[in-house]
Amino acid sequence: MRLQIVKRSEDPPKWLPIATSLGAVVLAFVISGGILAAVGADPLQIYRYFFRSAFGSWGAFSDVMVKATPLILIGLGCALAFRMKLWNIGAEGQFYIGAFFSSMVVMVPLVDVNTTPPIVTIGLMMLLGILGGALYGFIPGLLKAKFGINEIITTLMLNYVAVFWNNYWIFGRWSDAGFQMTPTFPRRVWLPRLADLAKQNPFFSGMTLHVGVIFGLIVAVVLWYIINKSRWGYKINLIGDNPKAARYAGIDIAKNIILVFMFSGALAGLAGMTEVSGVVHRLQERISTSYGFSGVIVAWLAKLDPFAVVLVSILFGALLVAGREIQPSGVSFLIQGTILFLVISSDVLMRYQIRLVNTKKASVEEAA
Amino acid sequence: MNFEIMLHAGISTGTILLIAAIGEIFAERSGVMNLGVEGMMLLGAMAAFKTAYNTGNVWLALLAAVLAGGVLSLAHALVTIHFQADQTVSGLSLTFLGTGLALVLGEGMTGLNAPTVPNFTLPLLSQIPFIGRVFFTDQNLFVYFGYLLAPLAWYYIYKTKPGLHLRAVGEKPAAADTLGVSVYGVRYLYTFIGGCFAGLSGACISVAITPGWYSNLTTSGQGWIAVALVIFAQWNPMRAMLGGYLFGFLRRLLLDLQGPAMLLGLRNPFFYDHNLVFFLQMLPYVLTVMALVWGSSSARRKRIGAPAALGEPYIRGERGL
Amino acid sequence: MLVPTMSVTENILIGLDKPKLALNLKHYDEEVRHLAEQFGIRIDPSAKVWQLSVGEQQRVEILKILYRGARILVMDEPTAVLAPQEADELIATLKGMASQGKSIIFISHKLNEVQEVADRLTILRRGKATAEGIGLEGITRERLASLMVGREVIFNMHKVDREPGEVVLQLEQVSAVNNKNLPALKNVDLCLRAGEILGIAGVAGNGQSELVEVVTGLRECEGKIWLDGKDIANKPPQVSIGGGLAHIPEDRIGVGSAPNLSITKNVIMKNFESEPISHRWQVNYTEAGRHAAELKQKYDILAPSVETQARKLSGGNLQKLILARELSSAPHLIVAMQPTRGLDVGAIEAVQQLLLDQRETGCAILLVSEDLDELMALSDRIAVMYEGEVVGVVDGKEADLNTLGLMMTGSMRGPGSCPPEPAAAGSQEREG
Repeated sequence: MRLQIVKRSEDPPKWLPIATSLGAVVLAFVISGGILAAVGADPLQIYRYFFRSAFGSWGAFSDVMVKATPLILIGLGCALAFRMKLWNIGAEGQFYIGAFFSSMVVMVPLVDVNTTPPIVTIGLMMLLGILGGALYGFIPGLLKAKFGINEIITTLMLNYVAVFWNNYWIFGRWSDAGFQMTPTFPRRVWLPRLADLAKQNPFFSGMTLHVGVIFGLIVAVVLWYIINKSRWGYKINLIGDNPKAARYAGIDIAKNIILVFMFSGALAGLAGMTEVSGVVHRLQERISTSYGFSGVIVAWLAKLDPFAVVLVSILFGALLVAGREIQPSGVSFLIQGTILFLVISSDVLMRYQIRLVNTKKASVEEAA
Repeated sequence: MNFEIMLHAGISTGTILLIAAIGEIFAERSGVMNLGVEGMMLLGAMAAFKTAYNTGNVWLALLAAVLAGGVLSLAHALVTIHFQADQTVSGLSLTFLGTGLALVLGEGMTGLNAPTVPNFTLPLLSQIPFIGRVFFTDQNLFVYFGYLLAPLAWYYIYKTKPGLHLRAVGEKPAAADTLGVSVYGVRYLYTFIGGCFAGLSGACISVAITPGWYSNLTTSGQGWIAVALVIFAQWNPMRAMLGGYLFGFLRRLLLDLQGPAMLLGLRNPFFYDHNLVFFLQMLPYVLTVMALVWGSSSARRKRIGAPAALGEPYIRGERGL
Repeated sequence: MLVPTMSVTENILIGLDKPKLALNLKHYDEEVRHLAEQFGIRIDPSAKVWQLSVGEQQRVEILKILYRGARILVMDEPTAVLAPQEADELIATLKGMASQGKSIIFISHKLNEVQEVADRLTILRRGKATAEGIGLEGITRERLASLMVGREVIFNMHKVDREPGEVVLQLEQVSAVNNKNLPALKNVDLCLRAGEILGIAGVAGNGQSELVEVVTGLRECEGKIWLDGKDIANKPPQVSIGGGLAHIPEDRIGVGSAPNLSITKNVIMKNFESEPISHRWQVNYTEAGRHAAELKQKYDILAPSVETQARKLSGGNLQKLILARELSSAPHLIVAMQPTRGLDVGAIEAVQQLLLDQRETGCAILLVSEDLDELMALSDRIAVMYEGEVVGVVDGKEADLNTLGLMMTGSMRGPGSCPPEPAAAGSQEREG
């Protein structure tokens, strides 16, 4: 008996993509466990702790969903960009700029926060967050469309720029009494949370899940519609599959590169806004725990499907919740990297079949 | 603000970029784009620092760094060459993996001291006025290595038989294949070499030029800058050398801008408002983007392009025209 | 297969054991020059391959093999890209090599060529040999064709005489550069009328691709291009598509289709923004599927369903898909580049007939082909391109291989393109 790899002649079965994604996640935990055991940690204990701190209670699950919210938005943005083979690794920077733009509403201030109805203020913050992210996505989009410059490098470089930009404001101009953060925003501009319902129902007390998660779900539906039903989605799929054919068919590729980059950036910017207004309630350092990069992995693991992005984001939210408490600190990076690696490796199963071949029989056939 | 000192320091920090960029040039010349440089660099830096700390032997540390980068790059090679996965995504996941591994394995190493690769002065050459003081006085062993590496790499790529095969595989793998050159073999080899150099450049940071382990701040994006440098250098080692030193010099210049109270006869704003320093810290990244814009237009003018098969998996029997 | 960025000598040295490390290119240039002279091949060993013409590149390929002292040479459609005279030269070289004891396998679909060059022949059909190593005596072209296709093939196309109508396409002093920024089109004047097929002949790489690209809006140019009286030069492809231009591209897989998308999505590539396929911002995929099924039936595209991915189609069926998409838009002008290349004889016949049918409905057709037999069979007039210029236009009925060949190699010029009255064959003049 021996293993033989053969090219698939037919489409792979429908369950296979899901199975490989799941398999990749499981295998990633096994491999990471091996590495952890090798450096002297107890992987089982870490994973048990992991599970408990993520799914142990409704409160813990609410925390997971809080972490999942920006991942959903960013993952959806990445999924759209990746469909056009645009490698937007800059969600991190777009997230920061979105957070900065929405903070302007309170910090500049653009409106009188105390007299303006909260819905107007929050609406304005959302709008500015989206605008900021879109503008920050516009830069690499333009450079890619006009000069053909590798967007991976530009978006990465812009990530660093965004972080320093934010630092300038929170260390200096907007600093709260010398701390590296702005003052806490007034409660009126906070996104509504489950904990706000605690008076009616004590079950919700302490639950920090905010309405941002609903934005994420709405965007998932909208994106599904765009990709599968709209003209724009058709164009994106066509450009993604064969840009030369798209150009031949009369589609303006440069325009769509810029549009998709702005859309992707806008979602990351909105994520920055929900984090500022829904979670930390101010602008501060490290508001993102590498959401931008995790979003890339989420999109890929979800095979660029909007609804799968939501599910995968929840898993990654759990990873982040557990990851912030366990040592060593790189574990969640390690697991994420391993998952991504395994997912792209498993793609080979879509194109090839691995078969067990009876050596004796095969050699007889070959001889014949 | 001393021009000579800045040049001296620029060459020394530029060496880090130079080594990583030349490794990546080798990989990309064979058609494999490895965006995992940052991850391999960080892992190399960690491996070198940890080995130097534990064994006290800095040469063993270099070996560890080279192997760490090399072995990690083999994962990329396997996935992109054999499984024909997308090189972009694979490189990205390599960065995550390398970063994660380095952080896990380097846990608790922050702030420790380890032996380093020595600095020394070259006897005769250092006597040359100005040049001797900038290039050959109190420089790190790595810097001298860099002086040799770039011309040697250039000679290897353009003037030797293995270099010819390397270029052929990156430009037209099917042509090389029909003439009996093993496309997969060449790609594995140079991806591995690229990884080794990336690991070595990490060691260059942690046990030589700016010694110490500061978790992921150790590399702080220099791996990505090295990738950008490859494009800017148009896949030519000599241009990578020039670009690396230029970039190192600019970085140093920006740091030094904070020092004096007066600048060109004007009040130096960076001296009086320390928060403005964040803008100086932004500049290397902004400059990288600008260098790419400039590089792309000059490449267009001179009709120089990337290796034609860069990023393309090679599948035998699929006809390339 | 050659590496375009490398010199002739470098290409020859790839994969050899001999220089182990240092390349002394000067020394090897000399060796290559010597070898080339020995076999009467003209080439500059230090020239970069991308600067060479296709014919010259082929000589490099042969040198590569001679340098290795090979005894068996396999050539796949070597004359497809050559002018008749160049092809004759190649065949003479090959015969010379054969007489020196080399064995040559010559793969071709051109029947007359095979009859001219081969000592023995084998015919393949769908991966099976239908004739093996047979001698050539007493074998007719018709017999060869039926062995290839499995049925009788009619060589004479059904083409009716027809007066051309209004001018549909007119090029005035059009110039353009190629991807390497070198001049590819030089002051081209052309004129094409409704119900007329204008063939473009020329050795590959003499500006035909660029000509097609400027007309279809895929390349920038100087000069004017009138489509139904509207200047479409330097306008994006969507303008000419809207003006009734259909384009059958040379590269079916790389340009003409999206390989991983379904037949349906490939078929609606150019009309997905018009009713009833879509409404406002939404694509109606049910309607699109119906449209695709209709075309699949009408154009006889063999595939399990309209959901099949385009990359799973055979070359002939993919070409039918592209034709179905392009012709169903009721175009005024069809620009077709190498529409039959790489197809089997049966599919070639179908594609050519489709083009003739369009001509009959009054469509103007610009047909670029390297197959002179095809051009002469289909075209009303044939324009010959050499180094980016139109060196002459001849009447399709009166064209002969020799004249076309001389013009394609730049040794002769003919009359210009406009006015489009049939040019008298006698007015052609020899240069020098």
